[in-house]
Amino acid sequence: MDNKMVNIYLFGKKYEVPDNLTIMTAMEYAGYQLKRGCGCRNGFCGACATIYRIAGQQELKMCLACQTKVEDNMYVATLPFFPLVKQIYDIEKVKPEQQLMMQLYPEIYACIGCNACTKACPQGLNTMQYIAYAQRGDFAKCAELSFDCVMCGICSSRCPAGISHPQVAMLARRLNGRYLEPESGHLEKRVKEIWNGDYQQAMKDLMSKSDDELKELYNNRVIEK
Amino acid sequence: MYPEKFQESIRKVEARRKENAAMEPVRMTADEKDALLKAYHPDYREDQFEKLKVGVNAGDKAPHELADMLQAHARVHEGDVDLEHPDFETDVLIIGGGGAGCSAANEADEAGAKVMICTKLRPGDANTMMAEGGIQAADKEGDSPMQHFLDAYGGGHFAAKKELVAKLVTEAPEDIQWLNRLGVEFDKTDDGTMITTHGGGTSRKRMHACRDYTGMEIMRTLRDEVLNRKIPILDFTAAIEIIKDEEGRASGAVFINMETDELIVVRAKAVILATGGAGRMHYQGFPTSNHYGATADGLVLGYRAGAKLLYEDTLQYHPTGAAYPEQIFGALVTEKVRSLGAKLVNCDGEVFVHPLETRDVEAAAIIRETGDRGKGVDTGHGKAVWLDSPMIDLINGEGTIEARIPAMYRMFEKRGIDMRKEPILVYPTLHYQNGGLEINTDCMTTVENLYAAGEVTGGVHGRNRLMGNSLLDVIVFGRDAGRAAGQKVKEVKSGKLTLAHVTAFEESIKEAGISTQKVSPKLLPNYLRDRNVYDGPKIQ
Repeated sequence: MDNKMVNIYLFGKKYEVPDNLTIMTAMEYAGYQLKRGCGCRNGFCGACATIYRIAGQQELKMCLACQTKVEDNMYVATLPFFPLVKQIYDIEKVKPEQQLMMQLYPEIYACIGCNACTKACPQGLNTMQYIAYAQRGDFAKCAELSFDCVMCGICSSRCPAGISHPQVAMLARRLNGRYLEPESGHLEKRVKEIWNGDYQQAMKDLMSKSDDELKELYNNRVIEK
Repeated sequence: MYPEKFQESIRKVEARRKENAAMEPVRMTADEKDALLKAYHPDYREDQFEKLKVGVNAGDKAPHELADMLQAHARVHEGDVDLEHPDFETDVLIIGGGGAGCSAANEADEAGAKVMICTKLRPGDANTMMAEGGIQAADKEGDSPMQHFLDAYGGGHFAAKKELVAKLVTEAPEDIQWLNRLGVEFDKTDDGTMITTHGGGTSRKRMHACRDYTGMEIMRTLRDEVLNRKIPILDFTAAIEIIKDEEGRASGAVFINMETDELIVVRAKAVILATGGAGRMHYQGFPTSNHYGATADGLVLGYRAGAKLLYEDTLQYHPTGAAYPEQIFGALVTEKVRSLGAKLVNCDGEVFVHPLETRDVEAAAIIRETGDRGKGVDTGHGKAVWLDSPMIDLINGEGTIEARIPAMYRMFEKRGIDMRKEPILVYPTLHYQNGGLEINTDCMTTVENLYAAGEVTGGVHGRNRLMGNSLLDVIVFGRDAGRAAGQKVKEVKSGKLTLAHVTAFEESIKEAGISTQKVSPKLLPNYLRDRNVYDGPKIQ
């Protein structure tokens, strides 16, 4: 398929690349053998945080390089690492209380409400709002709003208060998953049965069957609707 | 919105949607599946494989691309590094910072061992991060570890090591509990019941999920726990050779700093290989759903150290890789799309396969449909079939797609395709390395004190893996490897370090008359514009 060529500027230097490429594949097309700034290449890992500006436009844009198509006159700088603050805690010893956030991430209370984090999020998350929930100790809401976070750190790079949003959200999600969501009764029960050895003999019997017998069982097993 | 050239076919898909959504396609018999696989699955294309000439598996079949790496020159030889003065010393050295590596690190630390993780890219740059659909565990009424065993063993064509499958399914529930207690947010109803669905080849609904970011949620939680435990991590540090001691036991590894090329020696009492898969080898020119570093490094490291491989000739092609637009060619479209009710249909809107057969069968059926049957859709850079995603909201109610598979919705929405209303185009993509290093139930390879866990191993899934059993694999065997190695190091006193096995391997390459310029492990694929070095997918 014939593609139009566009000019992009990688760290200020001009390259001509086909317009169907992403910023990431355009860098490779230009000759960069990527080491940093490239992980899953599919929008899940947050390795390829990138800043760009289209020449002549006021707005500075933030994106994931693997998810964003090149445009003509795009000035690109990558942000393969950002110094986030990650606090250490013992998930078994902490309590899901507002006080914990105050201790570990007090800077969230310095949020000035500029909303730059939200505007910059390549996942389209309402970042400032989830920080507001974290401030109030509403970890379930913070967890819900932040769930799709890929921890690229773009939000933090734009924050005048120096907040490490992805790490705040990480803490909230772990607290929510560990303490606030209901326990699964059926899971607890099954684990006890297994520890009790309830399935040992049946598993042994099954494993001792010949492949022909197992094929018979497999091919005729009832599939739950 | 799709361009005009797709519209006629889309109209046919739409016309049959209601009827297609309601029907239950017949499942294939065992014989029909066998015939289909032999005729159309890439594992059966004889010309794509060769016999290994050197090493423990000499005489066995491997894909050309893998054979090239297994029989290439080492990147470091005796005398290149000072083994007497290692840069780091630890008890348990873990190579790889994905799901298996981080699980192993947490458990080895728990066992009281001194642990260190070295990883080629960043911790979490791993296929675990990209696993979307779910993780299996038989934890509900009406299900049992035996039922799970039958599904996994049969789905793997009765080739898996039974004792490994038994471990996988028996430890599954407690590992789900472990993850949940670390804070992993599984999808649950208000009373705590896990929301579970089918995967291809499952006989019970035992697929647990965290929306369609299951692997990401598990990976970031495991990584956070590794950081909380203050386990040292050397990132951007790639293993290039296993070090042994005079008695042939794994006793460390040589690494290269990916950015400065500095060589680093780590001495250890036990080594765990958790290096993951091989999608970036682009076997047979297929695109891949894998992360950037998935280049079969662990197979090469283990093989040169004398560890045996099992089923290194079998790969998993995920039936539904994105086929359009080109920017996401090969990206994973989670099986959960089919679990939630979407069916595969051809260019005329006809359902041609039950949506929940095993992955190898689904992939072969798509290759047949677009090939010999001529019922594919031309995307402009290859053939594809439709995955009729609007069926999901039709069956489960509006809003299901956004709530249950937000990553998929986002991926297509960003490219101007609304999968709630428009079907999506898919074609098989290289997804998983079914085989790898053979391990015993303690996760030890055939080399003393060399452990392995996760996608780098072979034997857990036989010749085909079910959806949701790889996330489970990395947790179960990652933890087991960490525990086993953590215990073992208490009694290990390794001797003088050596790379003599590398010299011996080079010797055997020479003797076999193999003439190659290649070095291995590969470390990273080459996607530069220069076609002489380009490793990427070949347009069909």
